[in-house]
Amino acid sequence: MTTALAARAFMGILWRELLRFLQQRERFFAALVRPLVWLLVFAAGFRAALGVSIIPPYQTYITYETYIVPGLIGMIQLFNGMQSSLSMVYDREMGSMRVLLTAPLPRWYLLFCKLAAGAFVSVLQCYAFLLIAVLFGIPLPYVGFITVLPALVLTAFMLGAFGLLISSLIRQLENFAGVMNFVIFPVFFLSSALYPLWKMKESSLLLYQLCAANPFTHAVELVRFALYLKFNGLALAVVTGVIIVFGLGAVLGYDPRRGLIRRQTA
Amino acid sequence: MIAPTPVRSPDAAGGSVLAFRDVGYRYGSRAALSNVSFEVTAARVTLLLGPNGAGKTTLFSLACRLLALQAGDINLLGTSIARSGPEALTPLGIVFQQSTLDLDLSVRQNLRYFAALHGLAQSEADRRMAVELERIGMAGRQGEQVRALNGGHRRRLEIARALLTEPSLLLLDEPTVGLDQPTRRALVAYLHQLARERGLALLWATHLFDEAEPGDTIVVLAKGSVRMAGRCEEVISATGTVSLEQAFAKLTGEFDGATG
Repeated sequence: MTTALAARAFMGILWRELLRFLQQRERFFAALVRPLVWLLVFAAGFRAALGVSIIPPYQTYITYETYIVPGLIGMIQLFNGMQSSLSMVYDREMGSMRVLLTAPLPRWYLLFCKLAAGAFVSVLQCYAFLLIAVLFGIPLPYVGFITVLPALVLTAFMLGAFGLLISSLIRQLENFAGVMNFVIFPVFFLSSALYPLWKMKESSLLLYQLCAANPFTHAVELVRFALYLKFNGLALAVVTGVIIVFGLGAVLGYDPRRGLIRRQTA
Repeated sequence: MIAPTPVRSPDAAGGSVLAFRDVGYRYGSRAALSNVSFEVTAARVTLLLGPNGAGKTTLFSLACRLLALQAGDINLLGTSIARSGPEALTPLGIVFQQSTLDLDLSVRQNLRYFAALHGLAQSEADRRMAVELERIGMAGRQGEQVRALNGGHRRRLEIARALLTEPSLLLLDEPTVGLDQPTRRALVAYLHQLARERGLALLWATHLFDEAEPGDTIVVLAKGSVRMAGRCEEVISATGTVSLEQAFAKLTGEFDGATG
């Protein structure tokens, strides 16, 4: 694999992902409206009911809207990961994935390019959401817009790799809706996206433990800490570890020797 | 409308480009291919003739590494596909049975995406794109969305795309499926012209006998094994028949309604 070939293939995959994203305006609209509804309707309604005490990384009392911003960023990235997964399954059913898989490049590199392109689109959406949140009066530290970038990239990779792994397991497009319900909702609700874990602990220890073990919780906390210029070592370690595990799983899933897509390509 | 222009091929006319040696493949306990051996030579069309389920698509998937080889070997220009890295696919152009174009992108965007995946610089890709589209009569349609093209134009576009990398070998998996008779005839003539005038080796899977021309190499595949391989005329005379259709029926013991 020469550097020029690798670079041109990467740019080609990134360019195609951006083109598809820009052509699907409804997708961008839905990606922003979904968290904004949670922020402006759900959070406003729950503001009085849910008080959030001073917990790291916050140094003062915060409103519920402020609390759920990192969780909603996680939601954008989770849906984006699933969207990438859906697009891989669609490409496989429509046949266009064969163009990618027969390029003279290693399979792992092609999957990495897909992952990076998906992460790029995901991060763009997160920044659009953050800007809108600021416009609606959510107080966010401006320097946090810079410090959150590496966290956003890592979490986008984690959830993108999760999507890639799922796409290698799903055999038909029709199965996707079911998988979405069984994956997105438990992953999102069993996390610190909508409520601090100490509140969950008060109501159920088991649910608290499930939330604490959920990698999505660590993705949300990594973003939350980075947005407030703080570092969360545990969250970073979990997110990095999960990227490696899901990434290797996706590479195995798309490997023609071991892959679960073997029958589908024939 | 379709007029190939001569392009020098690096391969000597008649030289072996692709060789299958005792290739075998199983889906679980079911054997899809067993001991498949034949060669594809430069400047010639090799028709892989077989009924549905004969193993043609499996063989193609092995040749382009979508499936991993389980037994035997496949050599492309002297390089073992199984033992080499993905760069071994560089001399290969592929047209799959199912369309692989991105319907939501334009003609130009589809070709540029393919060119990027194969490491072509954009200026070179645009130059080759202009040549190939001119050749298939689609020069003025670069900005059109692929979804708006008819089946015949999509097929031609896929062939033009496969030629962008200037391959030595073109793999075509039932490229005329779903096309009307005049379009099919034009495409068959164009593909034979490509082999003759550009020195390309073509491996062409089909179940339609009338796609063969005198001088083509015929490989009859049935139930995963090669029943006979040779020049079209040789296959007919060796089976004591008078047409390729009859020879095929005799060799495979079946007739699937293909045209002759």
